[in-house]
Amino acid sequence: MFPFISFEWMWDMGHIVFMGGLWYAVSILGIGMTYCIIKAALDTQKGDDGGHHH
Amino acid sequence: MDSALIPEGVKRCPFPQFLTGLAVVGAVLAWGVFAMLLCWLKGLNQTNMNDSYGFALWIWADLAVIALGGGAFFSGFLKYIVGKDELKNIINFAVLIGFICYSSALLILAIDIGQPLRGWHIFWHANVHSMLTEVAFCLSCYFGVLTIEYIPLILENRQIDKIPFFHNLSHNMHEVMAVFAATGAFLSCFHQGSLGGVAGVLFGRPFAYREGLLVWPWTFFLFTWSAAAYGPCFTIFLTKLLEKITGKKLVKDNVIDLLAKISGWMICTYIIAKIIDTWYWASVTVHTRGQTLMDFYDDNLLYGLWILVAEIVVGGIFPALILLTKKGRSSESLLWTAVILACLGVCINRWVMVLQVMAVPVLPFEDWALYYPSWQEVATTILPVAYGVILVMISYRYLPIFPQERELNPVES
Repeated sequence: MFPFISFEWMWDMGHIVFMGGLWYAVSILGIGMTYCIIKAALDTQKGDDGGHHH
Repeated sequence: MDSALIPEGVKRCPFPQFLTGLAVVGAVLAWGVFAMLLCWLKGLNQTNMNDSYGFALWIWADLAVIALGGGAFFSGFLKYIVGKDELKNIINFAVLIGFICYSSALLILAIDIGQPLRGWHIFWHANVHSMLTEVAFCLSCYFGVLTIEYIPLILENRQIDKIPFFHNLSHNMHEVMAVFAATGAFLSCFHQGSLGGVAGVLFGRPFAYREGLLVWPWTFFLFTWSAAAYGPCFTIFLTKLLEKITGKKLVKDNVIDLLAKISGWMICTYIIAKIIDTWYWASVTVHTRGQTLMDFYDDNLLYGLWILVAEIVVGGIFPALILLTKKGRSSESLLWTAVILACLGVCINRWVMVLQVMAVPVLPFEDWALYYPSWQEVATTILPVAYGVILVMISYRYLPIFPQERELNPVES
């Protein structure tokens, strides 16, 4: 799963495509959520009400 | 009693009636949980799976709910990427259905793997040559996407929304939802496809085997296409069902009409591709492997030619024809017929691609291997249905799932 931990890891096309795709998707979700949480905290601190949804 | 939690301007049934409903469905849920615990504590000997059936009822249920839950990713794709803004009035419910379907699929897999404590091995010791690894990756990540899409709905609960941080979080998540929806559509295309690809690469089983493009058999593309085509029908079916149960109109007709029309075109194009695929498979692929079409359709009760007709004609051509016409979409009874047939059609397709594949004899001296699920398998397959009903009940009661409900059902004060 990780190049620096798993003993099965090999730098071949299969691992790069499969694990690269997984980490790419997980990164988008993780960065997206982190951005939302940090911005929500900053907005709350500033006293913004965020407006109406949709 | 719980009126402070109910969205403003809508009417809900009395709390005791709601609790009674929860208790009834909860009893079914408890039965499923009991069977699940039996499978976990005593092992897979509680099932009727055997050497012929490594994949059985659970995997069919898995593939079926994933296809039916496809309405979430396709509606999200249409709203956020294509820009069909009218779908904002049904997208919340599509997300809820998708969340239920995918969490159910993961639950069923957790039972099916026999040793759920080793579930993480598929990530840690990933077999990068397996389509099922791709399915596991994409399924888990897409469930993450659905959770992210469902969270803002929970945060919009009347009481939670009063807390500034949660209000701002919900607002910010809505702002970047297109990014999550695009990621979800990307992940869905691959895991839906790989589920089809698993069957298509079985070169030792000519019933399932298909040629294809590069490493992807045609079933890869057909599964993605069918999920996008039939998933919205399940969303419409459940919306209509909820309208019947609550006695209220929850979504305007133009929204249902748009989704039904898109679904109709998708089913139409899919079924043409499916017919071409079946014709090529029957006339070329099967013959190159020394067999004929009728080798796969014995006259036993389960797997006669009727199942092919049911899947393609009754569950494909009929709903497509109804949904493609304005008259079909605007007639309540025809719309009901179309969405029910469509849901049955895609479920039959998944049944055939999982269970008939296992039933067909692969050696000249073998007979058809028929299989009947044990009660534990049936109970654990009904378990997600009960769980889904409970989640819909709670979400409908406390969350603003249908933005048009207030306008369509004004409450007299």
